[in-house]
Amino acid sequence: MSESPKHGWRPGAAKKEHIDALAASGATVSDAGNVDEKPGVSLIASAWKRLRRDRIFLIGLTITIIFVLVAIFAPLIAPHDPTKPIPELIAKVRRQTNPIPGPEPGFPLGADDRGRDLLSRLIVGSRQTLIVCVFATIFSLLGGLILGTLAGALGGWVDSLVMRVVDILLSIPSLLLAFSVAAMAARPSQWTVIIAISIAYLPVFARLLRGSMLAQRHSDHVLAARALGVKRGAIVFRHMLPNSVGPVIVQATLVLATAVIDAAALSFLGLGNPDDRQPEWGQMLGKAQEYLADYPHMAFYPAACIIVVAFGFTLMGESLREALDPKSRR
Amino acid sequence: MLRFIVRRLVQMVGVVFVLSLLLFIWLRMLPGGTVSAILGDRATPESRARLEKALGLDQPIWVQYWAYLKRALTGNFGASTGVLPGRDAFDIFLTRFPGTIELSFFAILIAVILGIPMGYLAARRRASFFDNASVIVSLIGVAVPVFFLAFLLKYIFAVQLGWLPVSGRQSNIDATRVTGFFVLDGILTREWDAAWDAFKHLILPAFTLATIPFAVIFRITRASVLEVLDEDFVRTAESKGLTNRIIRGRHVLRNALLPVVTTIGLQVGGLLAGAILTESVFSFGGIGEALALAFEHRDYSVLQVLIMASAATFVIVNLLVDITYAVIDPRVRTR
Repeated sequence: MSESPKHGWRPGAAKKEHIDALAASGATVSDAGNVDEKPGVSLIASAWKRLRRDRIFLIGLTITIIFVLVAIFAPLIAPHDPTKPIPELIAKVRRQTNPIPGPEPGFPLGADDRGRDLLSRLIVGSRQTLIVCVFATIFSLLGGLILGTLAGALGGWVDSLVMRVVDILLSIPSLLLAFSVAAMAARPSQWTVIIAISIAYLPVFARLLRGSMLAQRHSDHVLAARALGVKRGAIVFRHMLPNSVGPVIVQATLVLATAVIDAAALSFLGLGNPDDRQPEWGQMLGKAQEYLADYPHMAFYPAACIIVVAFGFTLMGESLREALDPKSRR
Repeated sequence: MLRFIVRRLVQMVGVVFVLSLLLFIWLRMLPGGTVSAILGDRATPESRARLEKALGLDQPIWVQYWAYLKRALTGNFGASTGVLPGRDAFDIFLTRFPGTIELSFFAILIAVILGIPMGYLAARRRASFFDNASVIVSLIGVAVPVFFLAFLLKYIFAVQLGWLPVSGRQSNIDATRVTGFFVLDGILTREWDAAWDAFKHLILPAFTLATIPFAVIFRITRASVLEVLDEDFVRTAESKGLTNRIIRGRHVLRNALLPVVTTIGLQVGGLLAGAILTESVFSFGGIGEALALAFEHRDYSVLQVLIMASAATFVIVNLLVDITYAVIDPRVRTR
């Protein structure tokens, strides 16, 4: 999903080599000497200047901000209690003719299979969805950061060992990896979903950071720092890591999008959080498949929410990628 | 060339070997451990003890791994506990694999047939309506959960309109089986109605599965053509006064398609994950559906075979892509 040849495709670039190319593209920025930029303008400042005028980025940003605001203030916005069946709705659920009510006065989206207000569940569900995708991204980013930095900064046998394992994890399709990790959990919960997704994307971040470290190891600014006698730790954290931020942010934004979708896929296979007192969009969509033939509305709304949010994250990620890519600023 | 292939083959064996190690660790970390994974939860204590002894679980860990490896190499992963209780897990894989290959083949075909020309056109008419619209469509395609799209297509075209079959790989017709690829079987035996019927069953799942590869191939082609259009050699060709047809065919397309080849290969491997979701919505009867059922029922013997097989397929496909690439582009071989 994240492939783009903009970052100097090299021949024979397999998945892992593609990630390396991505890493190198961000890392060389400081050495490239952007001729058309005024001196003293940082990469982030110049990227922001371009992004402010980018309509696609602004659409993505707006969707994301609305999503986050709804998630934060969910209990205040939701008109009903999402965990309790509403008596008027449950009365209709019990009647044989139309077990799951559609839109009713006061309940614009209708009810779910237990007579709970669907709109309230969607609003409160945004919070769990946000928690799942943000934590999954942070965990995979942190894991990848530790492994990638270790491998890239230390080199030698540490590098070989870490990268062999990472390459092998990359040789399993990420979604299948997430499924396999989730299947290890004796009792699936929200956290097993988060851990499964973060392990699936950890190798991508690890390889990305390691590639970025390697690309910088012989660059002028690192050489200069070393010549000045700066300690190795300081070189890694102050001089090398900040230069790797660009591609990592782009990748993280794209992982946010896939995490929302993957959480739904996990629920669909029965590997998600079974506790529906904590509504989550993926879980709601996974659950709704049982009723799809007769009550498509139960699946339609959570699916629409997932698509819009994932679309917003993707728009942001793609325009960030273009803004941070020195090659595209001709 | 030969040295390149040999080197990659050796690497591949290493990867598959470590994969088996990871799967072994995975199996031991499962709830209930290896014995429960093979026998299921309802096993009697006697059969548990017997299997524990047979598997040598009282032995040191490396002896256990060796035993596991030997069993795995002979295709002995135990009997299924949830998908088709009692059936040999490896047997389930063998009978279902052709279905998934057939489905993946058509999905990739759709993705390539639509993705490459659309990507090329979008790049030639950069920033036109067609370009913007198709970029947006490809981004939405990635944002839609695969199984929801599967439901949607099934609901519209199979349930409501009734144009295409709802599920399965073939209707209940008397067809001769030769290869396990139902469309191919129909063609080989000249049972045209059987081939057509199997093909109709493939359309919806194949289109569902094709969305993500299509989006990726489209975007890679578009970006790659844009990059090549900007190259000096294209400008040279134009200033030499070559016709547009020659420039487009020989200079632009041929160079732009190099990264697309790799992408197609990568997508083939990734299809397996999508097939899990697609096949289970359409009850398609390939290994994807079996994987979904195995995850749902926690059928670990089937999971072992299928995860190992999926990963191995992914690795082999990547190897084939690299070799193809080395044939197309001689620069790769020296690296």
